Amino acid sequence: MSEDFVLELEHIRKEYPGVVALKDVTLQLRRGEILGLIGENGAGKSTLIKCCSGAVIPTSGKIKINGKEFDRMTPQLAAENGIAIIYQEFNNVKELSAAENMFLGRPIRKGITIDRKAMEAEAAKAFEQLRIKINPRELVKNLSVGYQQMIEIAKAVQQNAQVLIMDEPSAPLTNNEVESMFAVVELLRKKGVSIIYISHRLEEIFRLSDRIEVIRDGEYVDTLITPEATVDQLIRMMVGREMTQKFPPRPCCVDESKVVLELRDVCGNGDKNMSFKIHAGEVLGLGGLVGAGRTELAQVIFGAKPKDSGQILLNGKEINPKSPREAIDLGIAMLPEDRKRHGALLGVSIKNNINMPIYKRISKASVIDLGTEKGNAEKFRKEIQIKCPTINQQVKNLSGGNQQKVILGKWLAADSQLIIFDEPTRGIDVGAKYEIYKLINDLVAQGRAVLMISSEMEELIGMSDRIIVLAERQMTGELQKDQFDADTIMTLASAIVDQKEVS
Amino acid sequence: MENRFNAKSFIKTNAIWLVFIVEVIFFAIFSKGTFVSGSNMVNIMRQVSYYGIASVGMTFVILIAGIDLSIGSIITLVNMICAFMMVNMNWNMWIAILVSLIVAVLIGLLNGFMVATIGMPALIATFASQTVFEGLAFLITNGRPISGFTKTNPAINFFARWTLGPIPWCAILMAACFAVGSFILNRSYFGRYFYAIGGNEEAAELSGILVNKMKYLIYALSGFFAGLAGIVLLSRSGSAQTTVGKGLEFDVITCVVLGGVSVNGGIGRISGVIAGVLIIGSLTNGMILLNVSEYTQMVVKGLVLAAAVGLDCMSNKRKTN
Repeated sequence: MSEDFVLELEHIRKEYPGVVALKDVTLQLRRGEILGLIGENGAGKSTLIKCCSGAVIPTSGKIKINGKEFDRMTPQLAAENGIAIIYQEFNNVKELSAAENMFLGRPIRKGITIDRKAMEAEAAKAFEQLRIKINPRELVKNLSVGYQQMIEIAKAVQQNAQVLIMDEPSAPLTNNEVESMFAVVELLRKKGVSIIYISHRLEEIFRLSDRIEVIRDGEYVDTLITPEATVDQLIRMMVGREMTQKFPPRPCCVDESKVVLELRDVCGNGDKNMSFKIHAGEVLGLGGLVGAGRTELAQVIFGAKPKDSGQILLNGKEINPKSPREAIDLGIAMLPEDRKRHGALLGVSIKNNINMPIYKRISKASVIDLGTEKGNAEKFRKEIQIKCPTINQQVKNLSGGNQQKVILGKWLAADSQLIIFDEPTRGIDVGAKYEIYKLINDLVAQGRAVLMISSEMEELIGMSDRIIVLAERQMTGELQKDQFDADTIMTLASAIVDQKEVS
Repeated sequence: MENRFNAKSFIKTNAIWLVFIVEVIFFAIFSKGTFVSGSNMVNIMRQVSYYGIASVGMTFVILIAGIDLSIGSIITLVNMICAFMMVNMNWNMWIAILVSLIVAVLIGLLNGFMVATIGMPALIATFASQTVFEGLAFLITNGRPISGFTKTNPAINFFARWTLGPIPWCAILMAACFAVGSFILNRSYFGRYFYAIGGNEEAAELSGILVNKMKYLIYALSGFFAGLAGIVLLSRSGSAQTTVGKGLEFDVITCVVLGGVSVNGGIGRISGVIAGVLIIGSLTNGMILLNVSEYTQMVVKGLVLAAAVGLDCMSNKRKTN
């Protein structure tokens, strides 16, 4: 134990009610090294770094900084001990200058007034150290995202940070900005700053890091020396879990002769050139990393966001839904990722939720047929087994799985042919997940088509008939059932293939 | 246990009516019976009818977590243009009323345009139209009141002066408006949409509700009911004044919020609003009977509004915690 570790996390465990976010993670950061931290979506990377910043208090485990032991961090302690974090979202005030942002919350004072000159001089010094050109007086809102990030880094440097943790720093940047960011990171390493670099982009990790730590499902997997590691190896370590029988069996019911939805070169909402078909009775899986453009695509098909170009065909006829209302009337449904915000009307009863898309259809001269309304609700409550005392109960009192069923019930009532699931089982416990999968199987058995967005590799492979992978807002691959393989999907999702094709 | 629980929930759901009963008893005792006399009851009915009518539209607006500050000005403007058409232009009364109501609806649609299409906050959008139409109402006659139409058009007395038995027609009109409001909320699909939008606008849109279209409808309805209230007020006062509606929106908002319609949207019933209207109506009337000065009345009403909203927000906080 003679090695010089600046930051050590030992057996960190974090439990939330009902969920264990981190089971047992250990991390050791050497002085002056860049440690790449990788893992799938939801592996626990963000929670782990929040434990370092004091934003999250671990349930158990120890944090050592320069050998000094802490049971827990507070934001203040972290700052005092030289730990700085660059989050994906910047903590800046757009209407203030670069210098003022650097000294946000701890301005240099002259008596009771703020000493703007001194702050600007200090900021200029920090920028110079990093060899970046920013006018300290420039308002942050006039700076590009890359420069805004530089200000955050400069702030850390100005505060003499010894440990810099960067969470997906390249995600919002353009290629040129990424290059300048790399230059700054290299510079900091030479100055002896230790860096934890989190990224989905493996090529960045390979280029920058000295060692790579992999975590999976809240557990420590391994740490590799970068020159000795390979892409395949890392992907296997990130995904590498055994597939158990978590999915109800489904005989193939794909009707190749019946194309329900076809996209031809659809661009819009940030996505580019989307072309694919979904057949009747088919579950088409849509894989990719967060931000790859999957939800955005769903919004375009559902009419929630406009399409820029290309054609969408439903049952062979071109459609152009301008609002969810039009899409629903055409037979398209969407179960959004954020159930509580976009899916269910929490303060409204189960009965009203289920009938919401079809009130016009069950009304005469705008007066609701109460019998049909109640009958509909009872029918779907039985059919999809929504567990509730009465259909008049408010949806907010139901469990996540039952809320999802209510939303599905609503689209069954609307007799939707194409049902888009965006992360169908997020935040739903294991038992209820199985039920949702069974319902998806029933949907395709009835000849409906399902487009399923999922970040869970198992779910994607276990449920899909075919998988399309997106990366960086483009399609990077299509896999038939016999080609399903977690490593391949992960490679496609990391856009490494994309880069090869381009070059 | 079962019984106690029921008693508790009964009190909880009907607390507003208990407040009303206590209030009536209080004023009955301190006015030495005058408050509960038949003639005063009829008086109260006349007094509450116009803001009772306007409160139906306001209920819809607040249900979708909006606000309509323009209704006081709509009431004033309707008074002025209706009287102007009858007196200065010699129009038939019914046509004048119809045109006035159309104007009121158009102002509501303008509010809807600002809130839904442009995306202005309802508070500012309707405050702007309040200012504009208050000014316009003044400009019609440069501030002079218009009177004399009661002689040429005695039928105008129908609204606030004529009675059916002992009951003034305006009270019957108010009851009809409450019935229509309750019907819209409970039996028509619009009502379901209103609650959905108030609960969660984004989820409502994604459930197939054309939220913007509904906002137009709701502000138009608010304009319509305010216009109708304006006609009743014109009938009651017998002359059109340029300040008649000033500040009325606050009385109406107080009634609605006191009646349990949540300012955060999505929660509320017409039955509660009726109680709210009766409470504010009797409070005003009772304080006048007890010779409470106008300014003291303002203090009391302001406190009631703060208490009503405060209770609503407190119960919300408890729920989320």
